[in-house]
Amino acid sequence: MHVRVRAGAVEDVRLEIYEPPRFFEAFLRGRRHTEPPDITARICGICPVAYQMSACLAIEAACGIEVSAPVADLRRLLFCGEWIESHALHIYLLHAPDFLGYASALDLAREGRGRGLVERGLALKKAGNAIMELVGGRAIHPVNVRVGGFYRAPARTEMAALAEKLRVALDLALDTVAWAAGFEFPDFHHDHEMLALVTPGQYAIDRGTVASTGGLTFAPAEFEDYVIEEQVPHSTALHARLAGRGRYLTGPTARYTLSGQWLSPVARQAADAAGLGAECRNPFRSILVRAVEVVYAVDEALRLIDRYEPPAPCYLEVPPRAATGHGATEAPRGVLFHRYAIDADGLITSARIVPPTSQNQASIEDDLRRFVADRLDLDDRQLTWQCEQAIRNYDPCISCSTHFLDLTVDRG
Amino acid sequence: MGVPTLAVWKFASCDGCQLTLLDCEDELLAIASQVKIAHFIEASSEIRPGPYDVSLVEGSITTAVDAERIRQVREMSRTLVTIGACATAGGVQALRNFADVEEFTSVVYARPDYISALATSTPIAAHVDVDFELHGCPIDRRQLLEVITALLAGRKPNIPAHSVCFECKQRGNVCVVVAHGTPCLGPVTHAGCGALCPAHHRGCYGCFGPMETPNAGAQVGLLRAAGMDEADVRRAFRTFNAGAPAFIELSQVTTGPPPGLGPRDIAGR
Repeated sequence: MHVRVRAGAVEDVRLEIYEPPRFFEAFLRGRRHTEPPDITARICGICPVAYQMSACLAIEAACGIEVSAPVADLRRLLFCGEWIESHALHIYLLHAPDFLGYASALDLAREGRGRGLVERGLALKKAGNAIMELVGGRAIHPVNVRVGGFYRAPARTEMAALAEKLRVALDLALDTVAWAAGFEFPDFHHDHEMLALVTPGQYAIDRGTVASTGGLTFAPAEFEDYVIEEQVPHSTALHARLAGRGRYLTGPTARYTLSGQWLSPVARQAADAAGLGAECRNPFRSILVRAVEVVYAVDEALRLIDRYEPPAPCYLEVPPRAATGHGATEAPRGVLFHRYAIDADGLITSARIVPPTSQNQASIEDDLRRFVADRLDLDDRQLTWQCEQAIRNYDPCISCSTHFLDLTVDRG
Repeated sequence: MGVPTLAVWKFASCDGCQLTLLDCEDELLAIASQVKIAHFIEASSEIRPGPYDVSLVEGSITTAVDAERIRQVREMSRTLVTIGACATAGGVQALRNFADVEEFTSVVYARPDYISALATSTPIAAHVDVDFELHGCPIDRRQLLEVITALLAGRKPNIPAHSVCFECKQRGNVCVVVAHGTPCLGPVTHAGCGALCPAHHRGCYGCFGPMETPNAGAQVGLLRAAGMDEADVRRAFRTFNAGAPAFIELSQVTTGPPPGLGPRDIAGR
């Protein structure tokens, strides 16, 4: 990260990301239309389900297939597992140590009370992985997902055992919200346009219409008309902006702001008790929103399991046709868009993937610019530590999301 | 000897294999009490300087900078273990090895001139000496624990080199090839996952890479008999372990003996 200061004012902030390019969109060409769920899962080991789900939606849309309601419910359940696992990882192992003044959760665990806290986080994370393992077949890069549905539907007895674990996890999730509500949050707010999927009546996870706090509404198929991705010289991550409008933010705080009224009663209550209002514009409080989303995901998983009947059949055949399809889902870190064009033989002719991190990068840089401006009196070491925390608020899905910052301050 | 130090490194990858370490929810704190986790940027902002007793390396080499960085990691590490398909075979990003990387760059990036990437994605062992390779996309949690335990005890990790077929039998899976005619890479794929895919009524797709001595002709014959054409067979071996030499060979074999013939029949033909 580079900061340029002139005459006591921040002139420029650049977040340079050097994630080696892996060229997924290029090598997806020529693959079968059944392959993207397995292949694109490998873009992110922390949110593979989101990649699998956006890929399935896009290909099924291209082929004119819609899965049955029970299959869609099973997908939503799997997605809940990923939200729980990914959010618990971020809250306990990455974010909370910042608020408590530790370098890592492992350091926190060495203290008397800290060990119990970290164990609670790991238990919560494990509950998310239990869903991933039963419904997805594996916690990382699930094997049970296919275009058109699932290879195998879990039995009701297996689901009953899972529900027992989730009932325990619900208490852990509620404790997490109450605990995080006691953290001290810096007074910092942004005015970015926020963008998320919405499914009126239900908190959006596995599908939806795209909506923004600025009043935009559009279908996933129109995504590329509204969102423009640009390359900047200083980073291998593309930067996205809304056409004619500029930077925007996606992710938990955007979802909460746009869909908070559709949280389940227990999650809504937890949010109210934690002091979250109708919207959340303080990125440091995103840890609270994630904690509320974990409560929701556990609660929603229990609801889905309660009414579960193994779908029969558990998948539909999806014969290819020459067409283009679009899919968007809410990855733990925000909207994840996929578009595939396939030919009549079922081979992919083009692919486009827009992950949350590229959408948020302009907003993160803007936040850092204002954040640094108020902290120019700090020495570089202190400033680095605080900037790392500011970036971790967004949980960007890059290796440097975590503990990476190489800060250079050019103070003129 | 003091408390051994552990470092975790990332090159081109999805982070899934290092996440496997954090997925050891029941064992993580116990591990952290036995070793000093000295460098693990996914988990800690405290970075202790090397040398390290054990380095776990995730990811493949795809840039000139990383080719240099892995040499430094090797110098700082007493034992270097590569984890996952990227580090052991180049990963899915090694599909560029069969294509024109400049054309690939122009497909993904509007300004290819801003991007600097090597023409190939290569495993860590192509650059430095590796003490142990743990396969999988992603690696298996139990196998990772076995490797860490073995290194702490100063013994060789007990990681079987046989095929997924053995695990299917151990698990009591019905063979998806015999029962349903489903194409399956299990006979040539390295064990370690516990035969997950066949347990979910699907054929193995080879994410653990090749077993020690795969029978290429017989495998390709099976796939062709199950209805796959030449291009399908090539695609089947060109995924997450596309750069593994045995899978490169398999992707180039176009015919094999028809199924139903035992080794003796084939030898006598």
